[in-house]
Amino acid sequence: MDHNKKKSYLINAIAIVALYLVFFVLIQTKTMNNYFVGIAIMTCIMIIMAMSLNIVAGFLGEMALGHAGFMAIGAYSSASFSIALVDSGLPLPHLVILILAMIVGGIVAGIFGFLIGTPTLRLRGDYLGIVTIGFSEIIRIFFINFGPTGGAAGLKGITRLVNFNNVYWITILVAVLIFTLGRSKQGRAIISIREDEIASEAAGIPTTRYKVLAFSLAAFFAGIGGALYAHYQSFLEPSKFGFMFSIEMFVIVVLGGLGSLTGSIISAIVLTILPEMLRGFSEYRLLVYSLVLIIMMIFRPQGIFGRSEFSLTAFIESLIQRKNVKNSIGGGEAS
Amino acid sequence: MNLFLQQLINGLNVGSIYALIAIGYTMVYGIIKLINFAHGEIMMFGAYFAFIAATSFHLPVWAVLLSSMVIMAIIGVTIEFIAYRPLRNAPRLSALITAIGVSLFLQNLALLIFKPDPKVMPKIFPETIYKLGEIEISSTTLITIGLSIFFMVLLDLYIRKTKQGRAMRAVSEDKDAAILMGINVNRTISLTFAVGSALGALGGVLYSVAYIQVYPTMGVMPGLKAFIAAVLGGIGIIPGAMLGGFIIGMVETMTKAYLSTTWADAIVFGILIVVLLFKPTGILGKNTREKV
Amino acid sequence: MKKKVVSVLSVVMLIASVFAFAGCSSSAKSDVIKLGFIGPMTGDAAIYGSSADAGAKLAVKEINAAGGIDGKNIELIGYDSKADQTEAINAYNRLRDQDGVVAVIGGTLSGETLAMKDIMVKDNMPVLSPTATAVEVTQDAPNIFRACFLDDYQGQAAANFAATTLGAKTAALLIGTGNPYSEGVSAAFKTAFTAKGGTIAGSESYGTADKDFSAQLTKIKEMNPDVVFVPDYVQTVGPILQKAKEMGITAKFIGADGWDGVQVEYADAAQGNYFTNHYAADSPSPTVQNFIKAYQTEYNKVPNSFAALGYDAVYAMVDAIKAAGSTDSADIIKALNATNYAGVTGNLKFDEQGNPKDKEVTIIKIDGGQLKYDSTVVNN
Repeated sequence: MDHNKKKSYLINAIAIVALYLVFFVLIQTKTMNNYFVGIAIMTCIMIIMAMSLNIVAGFLGEMALGHAGFMAIGAYSSASFSIALVDSGLPLPHLVILILAMIVGGIVAGIFGFLIGTPTLRLRGDYLGIVTIGFSEIIRIFFINFGPTGGAAGLKGITRLVNFNNVYWITILVAVLIFTLGRSKQGRAIISIREDEIASEAAGIPTTRYKVLAFSLAAFFAGIGGALYAHYQSFLEPSKFGFMFSIEMFVIVVLGGLGSLTGSIISAIVLTILPEMLRGFSEYRLLVYSLVLIIMMIFRPQGIFGRSEFSLTAFIESLIQRKNVKNSIGGGEAS
Repeated sequence: MNLFLQQLINGLNVGSIYALIAIGYTMVYGIIKLINFAHGEIMMFGAYFAFIAATSFHLPVWAVLLSSMVIMAIIGVTIEFIAYRPLRNAPRLSALITAIGVSLFLQNLALLIFKPDPKVMPKIFPETIYKLGEIEISSTTLITIGLSIFFMVLLDLYIRKTKQGRAMRAVSEDKDAAILMGINVNRTISLTFAVGSALGALGGVLYSVAYIQVYPTMGVMPGLKAFIAAVLGGIGIIPGAMLGGFIIGMVETMTKAYLSTTWADAIVFGILIVVLLFKPTGILGKNTREKV
Repeated sequence: MKKKVVSVLSVVMLIASVFAFAGCSSSAKSDVIKLGFIGPMTGDAAIYGSSADAGAKLAVKEINAAGGIDGKNIELIGYDSKADQTEAINAYNRLRDQDGVVAVIGGTLSGETLAMKDIMVKDNMPVLSPTATAVEVTQDAPNIFRACFLDDYQGQAAANFAATTLGAKTAALLIGTGNPYSEGVSAAFKTAFTAKGGTIAGSESYGTADKDFSAQLTKIKEMNPDVVFVPDYVQTVGPILQKAKEMGITAKFIGADGWDGVQVEYADAAQGNYFTNHYAADSPSPTVQNFIKAYQTEYNKVPNSFAALGYDAVYAMVDAIKAAGSTDSADIIKALNATNYAGVTGNLKFDEQGNPKDKEVTIIKIDGGQLKYDSTVVNN
């Protein structure tokens, strides 16, 4: 590990802890009330959803319009699991139940991602988009008709296990994992498929296997997002996981930049907080979204960040540099 | 047996509307390889314009249909000009996202202009019930099926016999070669959007007359199903879209009648997935190998 | 690259926390008593939320004109739930923390109310839902009450009416799957109708997004029942009735309170059919007539039953606050338990669950584009 890397890790770690402390103090002193905490929790969940979708849409460059379906699977399976676990009366702490439920939700969603991805990833672009819509609609219709999870009336009685503390650290963990994935051998193989599938196949990359891997991983993290959602809402209704919800997540990813995880994070934060602030203008919200989407595609199709990432270290360095430049100009020396 | 025949007519009724809408999807896809997600919204706006023409201006039936079709043809061309043309050489994903954007935009525009509560479409066709033995057919059903078939035949003649029709086929076959042959590609694409949107509007009007309501999200489900119909028949192939429309309408009605009403949509999506996995080119499509 | 993601996360969250700071100053105490309202005001279910809201606003206006609660004015703060659970929870959190309401009228739909239930119970917030009919809404929730009768109560009343008054022997059901309201009422109707000696000729169903009912109605026509029970909302019932008329189905159609408003745009199709409701607009009772007159002056239209329930809910809640003599949650809840209020939708008393006790169900007949009072059923 070289010096620069070490420095940037340190800076980021400090930033994460500092941010957490800021929130911690705000919540403890009741300066930040439950309303804002609720929004912060939803924002964290949407960050996880957007980053997981970015694995398929950004890294792999495939159109996936059924992310809400995987979220639904994760939400329902983890909720059923935690309900059973709580009923069994085992004296487990809440955090343990939540982590177990998250793992169950993630794995079940991941398995479905694998099962759905294996046959469908032979398809390309728009066809794949349509098939993912189809699958997520079938999943929704399944939950409407499936009695054991409450059918259309919804699944009730889920213990509320999510609070800001745990959702914050889980989000950080997921972010680190997905980031690491992007830089790993597997991640680079996935990105190479996006750049040129035929060339990467010629270079000896088993493209189908990596596509399915990307798809299953995206489903896995979506399942985790779903699990968090279920244990925050404590009530699930199939109608939440419709086509429009998938589209909303896709819009978040596209606006942030396909392939840019930092872009996804910022976009998820802005697009979750903004509608809350603009409660009075809710009628115009989707109108503005769609208009921004169209204009963005025409003038900046790569999204706000494109494929590049925002770096705090680089940001700080650029600030320092600017100062240096000023100083050096003052000294009459340019370099 | 009578029950079955009656359900067959129900299926034909829905199917003919799906077929009309599917044509628009297939024509646009054939010529610029874009799934025009906004087509369902074109259908919805067509229904709204017919509603306004019938309730506010009290136009006769033919004028209601014609005005809605002409207005939507113009809007369709405008959408292509503003949103799709700048992206013609962009990656297909960008164009597709734009199409989703246009679809969302039109839907929310309608929500804002017309409000979410459904309007009741007046009965613009004369209402009588014909009896064939024990089977009853309402005149609305007959007119819906008749009008759809009439326009499909007209379109087929247009595509095969006229110069513009030939130009459309040429552009969808090979755009660059078409340019070399002196075909005005931009104009041909605009024309395709005009024809497709007009037929979509007609589908919308017939749909709203059959199910008596007009509302901002009415285009979503029929649009999705018509798209499935287009894929099923072989996307880009006009007779395929018609065939696919009738099949989807029939499958949907028969599933509701004999299997399960709640799973009907799931079954329609299931068909789409199966078709795409095993014969992505659709029923009438030719298999072409992907070139390196 | 990991560092970058994380760094952005931190920067933006910092911004978010600033935003959190900025919005935290408002919940100050003042000499108005604040009530919250939650319901869908946009989207497919908009009509229910906005009607209940209109009724509630009218009640608040009247109460304030009459001097408020011990001289203090009432302020009703309403938020749109968009029929979405997340939105509803956010709206509730906002009402409690930002606005500092002492009690909540809502949610309007069962789904959103259930989503908020856990937090409401934990806060011990006095809640009176005007229209959430699902059984679970008030279960194990000592602080949650409702002004409307329950799904099964109403289904039972409809079955009694069909079997006894109409003398129906066979009934067909047309159920909206994916709609808990429709499923709940139908199930109760089925049990009660069979108990009265009737036969269920068959039941058909449709999905929430369905607009094509011809396949189901073709089968129902073949069954040839005496009555068809279709408990759903106007926007679905209207097209069903229209199609049934086109197909020449002669059986009487019976519905539930979701039909309210069907006479406006589907008068022809609904002619001669019946539904169960919370009140009748042509009832001679002065309470009802005064309400209708006031509502018409205010909004220039006839109130539906959701508006009437919203109106009653506010009056019942204000009565409880007056009786409690304080805005303390526990006191208000205690007073709500002792409610005995004669409202537009009948006499309101709560049982130990927080559900209305012995509420009467009004049967309405649609005749010539008007809702006509037909009879009153009380289940026992």
